[in-house]
Amino acid sequence: MTQSSWTPDQPIVSLKNVRKSFGELEVLKDISIDVMKGEVICIIGPSGSGKSTLIRCINALNDIQAGSITVEGHEVHNPDLNKLELRKKVGMVFQQYNLFPHKTALENVMMAPIKVLKQSKEEVEKRARALIKKVRLEGKEDAYPGELSGGQQQRVAIARSLAMTPAVMLFDEVTAALDPETVKEVLVTIKELAEEGMTCILVTHEMGFAREVADHIYFTDRGVIVEHGPPDTFFDNAQDPRTKEFLSQIL
Amino acid sequence: MDIVWDWFQWLYDEHGIKLTIFYDEWDRNRFFKGIWTTIHLSFVCIVLSIVIGICGTWLQMSPLVWVRRIIQAYIQFFRNTPPLIQLYFFYFAVDTSVSGLLGVHGGILDSYGWAVVSLSFFAGAFNVEIFRAGVEAVPQSTTEAATALGYTRRQVYQYITLPLAFRVCLPALNNNLINLLKTTTVAYAIAVPETLYISNQIWSDEYNVFEMMNVVWVIYLVLVGFLVWLMHNWEKSVKIPGYGK
Repeated sequence: MTQSSWTPDQPIVSLKNVRKSFGELEVLKDISIDVMKGEVICIIGPSGSGKSTLIRCINALNDIQAGSITVEGHEVHNPDLNKLELRKKVGMVFQQYNLFPHKTALENVMMAPIKVLKQSKEEVEKRARALIKKVRLEGKEDAYPGELSGGQQQRVAIARSLAMTPAVMLFDEVTAALDPETVKEVLVTIKELAEEGMTCILVTHEMGFAREVADHIYFTDRGVIVEHGPPDTFFDNAQDPRTKEFLSQIL
Repeated sequence: MDIVWDWFQWLYDEHGIKLTIFYDEWDRNRFFKGIWTTIHLSFVCIVLSIVIGICGTWLQMSPLVWVRRIIQAYIQFFRNTPPLIQLYFFYFAVDTSVSGLLGVHGGILDSYGWAVVSLSFFAGAFNVEIFRAGVEAVPQSTTEAATALGYTRRQVYQYITLPLAFRVCLPALNNNLINLLKTTTVAYAIAVPETLYISNQIWSDEYNVFEMMNVVWVIYLVLVGFLVWLMHNWEKSVKIPGYGK
């Protein structure tokens, strides 16, 4: 049994005592996070603190050594997990966009629903065009990724994930590779998603943005959650010296 | 056409340039059959070597160690030995022993058949390495994005890895296929009646080595030129706007 029933009053994503090592190096030490449906969670922390690893574990791109992860009842830590079923539920956007360079923007958005979900082309195309419009890229449907700016590519990547109608979206430092002037257009798109009630887990260095959109902030350092709380409390009234030091350097 | 043939007859009568392949019907027929054999042999070997390349690359990624080892041994053997020796090996050694084993008289394949087998395996060994380089050039982050979208491993390979790898390795593939076309001349050694073999027969019969040598140059320049042109158009047609800049 790799899937139990899930009801909306339970956390949609739940990590309990998660441990993850790469060889000798333990990158996640006893991580526990609960995310309710519709919540926006931001994970912040210095480089190498295990933030990316943490969210990559949620859609089983990385496996874990101990603890448990459930996503809408799917037991991610279970070796018998049906990864494809899990990944239909969890969308992911990467730092480097990772669009398919040989497909147009529209094809990038359409491919997975057609090939993975086996939906009809007409229906998917309608949805894909609406999504491209939603991320404000109308008119760029037939452009190839190489013809788009970083910010535009990242918005296509967001549309590509949304086309799978996921229940949870993971954002892994999605603005870190962008020019400062294009960061905003991507953040606006994410903010709209959050406001529509999409459950979002973001790893980010954009503190202003985190404060604005997040329901809850987690600060990680050296594989542990040092401190967490609602954004106002977290930013204005941090308790742990490590959090204070990090915030003083970055704000 | 007669006027052309007559003109070459005149060229011989007046200037002594002896191109019997144009005005002598017997030479003409066997010579054009020779060119056709070269084209046919090249085409079949190109197709088979590409199939061998794709299958070999796929098997090379097999989780089974001995499968990978067999492919590696195959590549080392065919890449590190001369194609002429490979051809002799198939035609004289393999054919004789296998037909002896099966009790077949007169060999299991004719010289053309062994040329196809030998040259396809020869070029195929290079193609495996060429396609592997292409597959390795596809960024892991790109395939990972497909994985995160729920693609199965086969779907990732089919829709993402192969189309991208193919574009990366086309220039190297071009080189190898050009080499393959040129290497079909070694089939001469086991009497496959291809262009060089027939030309040799003609210059032995007619004592026109100088003329026939020039004809052979031109034939291969035109054939390879045509292949290059085809491959370049292919490359252009699959080019991705804005990719690789």
